[in-house]
Amino acid sequence: MGLRLPSKVLEHILSFIDSNEDRNSVSLVCKSWFETERKTRKRVFVGNCYAVSPAAVAKRFPEVRSLTLKGKPHFADYNLVPDGWGGYAWPWIEAMAAKCPSLEEIRLKRMVVTDECLEKIAASFKDFKVLVLTSCEGFSTDGIAAIAATCRNLRVLELRECIVEDLGGDWLSYFPESSTSLVSLDFSCLDSEVKISDLERLVSRCPNLSSLKLNPAVTLDGLVSLLRRAPQLTELGTGSFAAQLKPEAFSKLSEAFSNCKQLQSLSGLWDVLPEYLPALYSVCPGLTSLNLSYATVRMPDLVELLRRCSKLQKLWVMDLIEDKGLEAVASYCKELRELRVFPSAPDLDEANIPLTEQGLVFVSKGCRKLESVLYFCVQFTNAALLTIARKRPNLKCFRLCVIEPFAPDYKTNEPLDKGFKAIAEGCKDLRRLSVSGLLSDKAFKYIGKHAKKVRMLSIAFAGDSDLMLHHLLSGCESLKKLEIRDCPFGDTALLEHAAKLETMRSLWMSSCFVSFGACKLLSQKMPRLNVEVIDEHPPETRPESSPVERIYIYRTVAGPRMDTPEFVWTIHKNPEIGVSHLAIK
Amino acid sequence: MAYEKVNELNLKDTELCLGLPGRTEEIKEEQEVSCVKSNNKRQFEETREEEESTPPTKTQIVGWPPVRSSRKNNNSVSYVKVSMDGAPYLRKIDLKTYKNYPELLKALESMFKVTIGQYCEREGYKGSGFVPTYEDKDGDWMLVGDVPWDMFSSSCKRLRIMKGSDAPALDSSL
Repeated sequence: MGLRLPSKVLEHILSFIDSNEDRNSVSLVCKSWFETERKTRKRVFVGNCYAVSPAAVAKRFPEVRSLTLKGKPHFADYNLVPDGWGGYAWPWIEAMAAKCPSLEEIRLKRMVVTDECLEKIAASFKDFKVLVLTSCEGFSTDGIAAIAATCRNLRVLELRECIVEDLGGDWLSYFPESSTSLVSLDFSCLDSEVKISDLERLVSRCPNLSSLKLNPAVTLDGLVSLLRRAPQLTELGTGSFAAQLKPEAFSKLSEAFSNCKQLQSLSGLWDVLPEYLPALYSVCPGLTSLNLSYATVRMPDLVELLRRCSKLQKLWVMDLIEDKGLEAVASYCKELRELRVFPSAPDLDEANIPLTEQGLVFVSKGCRKLESVLYFCVQFTNAALLTIARKRPNLKCFRLCVIEPFAPDYKTNEPLDKGFKAIAEGCKDLRRLSVSGLLSDKAFKYIGKHAKKVRMLSIAFAGDSDLMLHHLLSGCESLKKLEIRDCPFGDTALLEHAAKLETMRSLWMSSCFVSFGACKLLSQKMPRLNVEVIDEHPPETRPESSPVERIYIYRTVAGPRMDTPEFVWTIHKNPEIGVSHLAIK
Repeated sequence: MAYEKVNELNLKDTELCLGLPGRTEEIKEEQEVSCVKSNNKRQFEETREEEESTPPTKTQIVGWPPVRSSRKNNNSVSYVKVSMDGAPYLRKIDLKTYKNYPELLKALESMFKVTIGQYCEREGYKGSGFVPTYEDKDGDWMLVGDVPWDMFSSSCKRLRIMKGSDAPALDSSL
């Protein structure tokens, strides 16, 4: 009975275990394993910042070096979550500062980060190295300046698509002359111009700088000068390319690029004029990642560029590439793993680009390694989906956005049920799926039956009844995140599968027919779910059967959150209380 | 539609509607599906009465297609038609190639060989005989120059250069 590993031995064994999933399993074995594991965990990932309290995490993992947090639901990206909803980073920064001073890396996604937070980070973590903020908001360039000025060993500072109060470009000059440790800098989402001489000096004194993503305010001249100082870059996000083409400017640019022999990833390229593209030709053969999704470049120019990119693995582009361009990609870019095609005219009434389902079919046929797709297209066919599924059973992520809601197969006028059935059935490793177009409940029966590994599912304007939700919640075994908008199901399936919701991270439903009464029942039935209603008026002022506009349900061990704004109502567990803003009454 | 019977909810009572113009006859042309109206602003569902009084516009579905606002602003290739009273045919310009009003007006002047003159807040374009106007997203005709450039360039659908004598006089007391 008494076989027990000394904790030092166990610690040594655990030092080989990186995956958090494995570490979570380890921590369940017994108390002493729990203790040893928690004291040695270096990387903590919290997929929903409200699932657990910051204090609990900080207490459990005192040696954490890297913290990753996600806040708002994904649909916040499309303006479906009102401002002020929540996702505040402050309580986490405060808790970490108090208990985990060895923290070196913070990665936040869709969270509200204030200047106060950034100042606290700068002041509290002596060896702070990595700050990555993705789709965050609430801070200004002053907060960034604090990080730049104080974190002496800063390696990574990336602001990815954040909404920042831009008070000017001075923040850059706060990097002290002694700061030489930068490996990655991304300020592409900022508007203001930075002083190019400050940037040049910074780049010159950081020999390990391998990733640099500039904002549109950096001119072509600036870019040339920076490239000359950092020819070792592997990732580059250019500034704006909108300047008028001058012959000497072109040759300088061309030369600068040709000296960047290690460049693998290229992005930015805002407003790039086609005449400039040849300056990039020298780096094309080495590129593995190319983001042209902000470049309004059209056809023949696009192909001239892409046919030189034989090593390309990731391509983001606008639908200006047309079917023809994708046919070229299929024949030249044989290493392609990820394709994203964005709409150039997101307004429904402007769409007349010659990009159809055929473009995606070409790529599916020609690119054997294709595993991740995001494709916006006006309409689609079942036949195309069947071909894609047949040719690419190795797809891991398939997100199709048929821009016209309820659009059937435009050749046969049928729903796209058969097509998505083929995808679910054929692509056995599918982890992420977004469906669109006209879909009946049958489509969801197929998805429930076959998509056993899907973890995230996005649905809009689809289905006929409660059956659709029933199929998904009873079938999709690996489902962790479900987001649904404008679908006609009601209470039945949701209540029937209440237990399933605790196995998932979160469920978002908007413009569906779930009633307030059902929300109450669900909340009372499931103690470890937070059922939150987003509504301008207290849900109680409407009849119980009246549908609720937006609901966000997530599992949590932290109880109802304390920071709900006036339009978010947490459905109370106690039937007598109903709804509340405050967690505890 | 099957969903109309779910939970015995009467669609009209609950003021929720799914679908777009042309899908069924019951659904009105002018409608907003879902609550949040504009970028970063918290607004909620309008009542039926308010919807009926707005002029017919294309249905705008909030958050659809699912593209981030940063892409919507940057990506649209914004060609607009330009007409001038008396000119035999229209022209087309890409608004994105101009950074501000003076650049745009200079381009229009050279395209149509006219002088439009300077914008002034109280009296519009004085003494030039030509008034640049534009149709915005709501279908209203507005005077070019009143709103900040970015707001103008993202909401301008077409341009019309009106002849001074036809343009209604601006009331300087407004």
